[in-house]
Amino acid sequence: MSPSLERISERFTQLLGATAVPTGAMPPERAPSAVPATPPAGPTSAVPAPVQCLDHALKGFDLNVTVSPRQVVLAAEILDQEGFGLDTITGVDWLAQGEMEIVYDFFHPTESLHVVIRARVPRAEPELPTISSVLPGANWHERETHDFFGIRFLGHPNLAPFILPEDATFHPLRKDYQP
Amino acid sequence: MSAIQNYLLGPGWPWVRLLLYLVGICAFVGANAAYLVLAERKGAGRIQRRPGPNESGYAGWLQPVADGIKLLAKQVMIPPGSDRLLFCLAPLMVMAPPLICLIAIPYGENLVARNINVGLLLVFSLGSINVMALMLGGWASRNKYAVISAARVVSQNVAYEIPMLLVVITLLMVTGTMNLNEIVQQQGGGFWHWNVFKVWVNPLMPVTFVIFFICMLAETNRAPFDMAEAESELVAGAFTEYGGMGFGVFFMAEYANIVVGCSVATVLFLGGWQSPIVILSGPVFGPLWFLAKMYALVLTVIWVRWTFPRTQFYGLLNLSWKILIPISLFTLLLTGAMMKLPLVLHHLF
Amino acid sequence: MIAQPEAFPTGESGRAPQETFVLNLGPQHPAAHGVLRVLMTMDGEWITKAEPVIGYIHRMHEKMGENRTWAQFLPNTSRIDYLSAMHYTHAFVGVVERAAKIEVPPRAEYVRVITSELNRISSHLVWWGALLLDLGGFTPILYAFEDREKILDLLEGLCGARLTYCYYRFGGLYNDVDDDFLNGTRKFVQEMRPRLGMYRDLVTDNIILRKRLTGIGPISAEMCRKYGATGPVIRGSGVAYDVRTIEPYSVYQQFDFKIPVYQECDSMARYLVRMDEMEQSLRIIEQALDRLPAGPFMGKVPRVLKVPPGDYCYAVEAARGRFMVRIVSEGKDTPYRIKLRTPSFSNLSLYEEASRGMILPDALAMMGSLDLVIPDIDR
Repeated sequence: MSPSLERISERFTQLLGATAVPTGAMPPERAPSAVPATPPAGPTSAVPAPVQCLDHALKGFDLNVTVSPRQVVLAAEILDQEGFGLDTITGVDWLAQGEMEIVYDFFHPTESLHVVIRARVPRAEPELPTISSVLPGANWHERETHDFFGIRFLGHPNLAPFILPEDATFHPLRKDYQP
Repeated sequence: MSAIQNYLLGPGWPWVRLLLYLVGICAFVGANAAYLVLAERKGAGRIQRRPGPNESGYAGWLQPVADGIKLLAKQVMIPPGSDRLLFCLAPLMVMAPPLICLIAIPYGENLVARNINVGLLLVFSLGSINVMALMLGGWASRNKYAVISAARVVSQNVAYEIPMLLVVITLLMVTGTMNLNEIVQQQGGGFWHWNVFKVWVNPLMPVTFVIFFICMLAETNRAPFDMAEAESELVAGAFTEYGGMGFGVFFMAEYANIVVGCSVATVLFLGGWQSPIVILSGPVFGPLWFLAKMYALVLTVIWVRWTFPRTQFYGLLNLSWKILIPISLFTLLLTGAMMKLPLVLHHLF
Repeated sequence: MIAQPEAFPTGESGRAPQETFVLNLGPQHPAAHGVLRVLMTMDGEWITKAEPVIGYIHRMHEKMGENRTWAQFLPNTSRIDYLSAMHYTHAFVGVVERAAKIEVPPRAEYVRVITSELNRISSHLVWWGALLLDLGGFTPILYAFEDREKILDLLEGLCGARLTYCYYRFGGLYNDVDDDFLNGTRKFVQEMRPRLGMYRDLVTDNIILRKRLTGIGPISAEMCRKYGATGPVIRGSGVAYDVRTIEPYSVYQQFDFKIPVYQECDSMARYLVRMDEMEQSLRIIEQALDRLPAGPFMGKVPRVLKVPPGDYCYAVEAARGRFMVRIVSEGKDTPYRIKLRTPSFSNLSLYEEASRGMILPDALAMMGSLDLVIPDIDR
């Protein structure tokens, strides 16, 4: 682990109040159709630890942080202070679990670090605060995520349809979308 | 019948002559407008390493005919809500001045429509009408792009008229006459007598010629001074709403203006119909020399268009107000000083 | 250190809002680089607000990804940004190989590098010609396309397509390179170097071009970071961020090349970054041709490709910036979710803030220097 990665995961751990999983151990992914494997040493059971350091060559990102929807702004602030740039914001529709996952990717301009922050919201009420006050680039990414999934970002200046036509009322990337 | 003949060939001859000249000028301008477009497209092609139009006719010589038929066949639409009178007036106003200017320009020793004593004044006063016509066309189109273009045309043309007129005044001090034919006659005897090389009167005469050429490019709205019709920004600028032959008239007028500008430059600086070597002059070779020099300048204008990118709008105005005007004022003063220098020296010693 | 344009104000003009008008740089416009619409609220010639409206070429590639198998999505990748199609295919192929732990033989990796760098040069040539066309220089685009024809002929002989290549496969390449391609590429590299010198002498050093681009459209490094702008945009603002060196992928670590970085943050800096990148791409191609290993061009791939469950991502340095593919797989033969992070989307997102108070021609020159490809934005 590079020193910056330690510091960042330390900050996230403090934010979330949980323990981090050391690198090298591959924690099980939360795939709905896969049987959860035996969890690594830690206090929780089948739920993966919130802050995970990963091997870049295996997954493509270095740090995986799971936060609650209310904590995304704080998490974005931590990364903004550490000098990260916003890569992208997107959503994944887990229809079987009744949840939508919002994934934030961050890259660093000088270090080889790719950090991913995730948050899950219930499908019936997909709302979470916007991070566009911290990182103005999030404005467009959140607007696009709203277009495709219907996730509402509270505090966003303008959630009108962006990539879809101005009068669109549907959200195409939802799994139950019928054209 | 013979009474009419007597009248036409006797007292009425000046009117007949004028009519013939007007027809000739219209034909000359029309042919030039048509075939200069082809020359430009082929020149552009060669500069860009491609052949240019070569499909219609042999090597593309029928292309202007095809273009003309296409433009005539298009519907001329007047945008609703626009000022109809001004909209229809603008192409007329932009086409008439070049035709009138050509009346005063001498093509040969006796080949001038009207030997006007204030020919130079006529040419430059008519040249300013071009600005008004584009402004009217832009304003009357009721299109934001056209209005922006009209505003730019006005500021650009006003800015570049000033150095051009200062340069012409410098030349007037040297030649002492406004009659274009007399100006050409003063430049006889070989190319070292041409005005552009008269450095003993004005050491900066070649610079003066260059300033005149740049101002002529700017007055005719040619690249790199084509802010008015900057295609990639304003679609077609002041001409956006004109279709069919309305656009065709603007297009013809642009080339007519280039022809007039280059003719004036030839007459003023390059010796007009005088031969650069003393032999090969006369009533037959005179017009040929004139046309050769004029077309050399026209080809330079075309060459410059396809070589340089467009200047920045404020860079263009900076060039005029901050660089060309001081230089032309300086040449004016210098010429005046140099002309009075023998007198001063005579009084001193 | 940001250079200022000489003698012309670029601040707010201080007039009342009702004196402004809205100019619609519509989807059909010679300078819009594609179907981009920019609603400009203008006060005379100054822009008070420039709002890009996108979506005119939205084809929903991400939904298409969910309805196709992994291999059936490969042609889609070329069409996201058709000017640098190789990079985009590389990212998608890379992410599946990373997820399914497929080994790619070294020969295939080297050929991928060669073709990607050729594609980078051809993309930059189009950018260069189009930028100069916007600025009123009508000739350079034809010279650029003459060079580009040579690249397109080489790649057509290799994979059959001139623009939307679908050359990479999971585990390697579609077919092997032949001597025609290798000799032709060597010849092209030798012919391209003097051409780049000519472009520098005739165009880059031209005083009119320098006045058009120097000091225009300053974008600070902080703004780039906050908006996620990458590629030549961030490298023209003094930050040496290039995915090939910061998050190395494929075999780029084995090559010796420089990352051009300029500190001035203006359009001229971005222009010079791209011109230098073409030179560096020629260097990489030469080194790769010299060291091309023999061997198979395709690795071992199972007959039925099953990607293990989980989410993975892979980032490449496309011609426009950082392109990342993020896939979520459930272990089936179709993806559960494909997310395409395209560079032009983030690069354009800073346009609204950066163009405030600029004059219209400068704003268009800045948009040209961002190198936008609209299908890249809309996907």
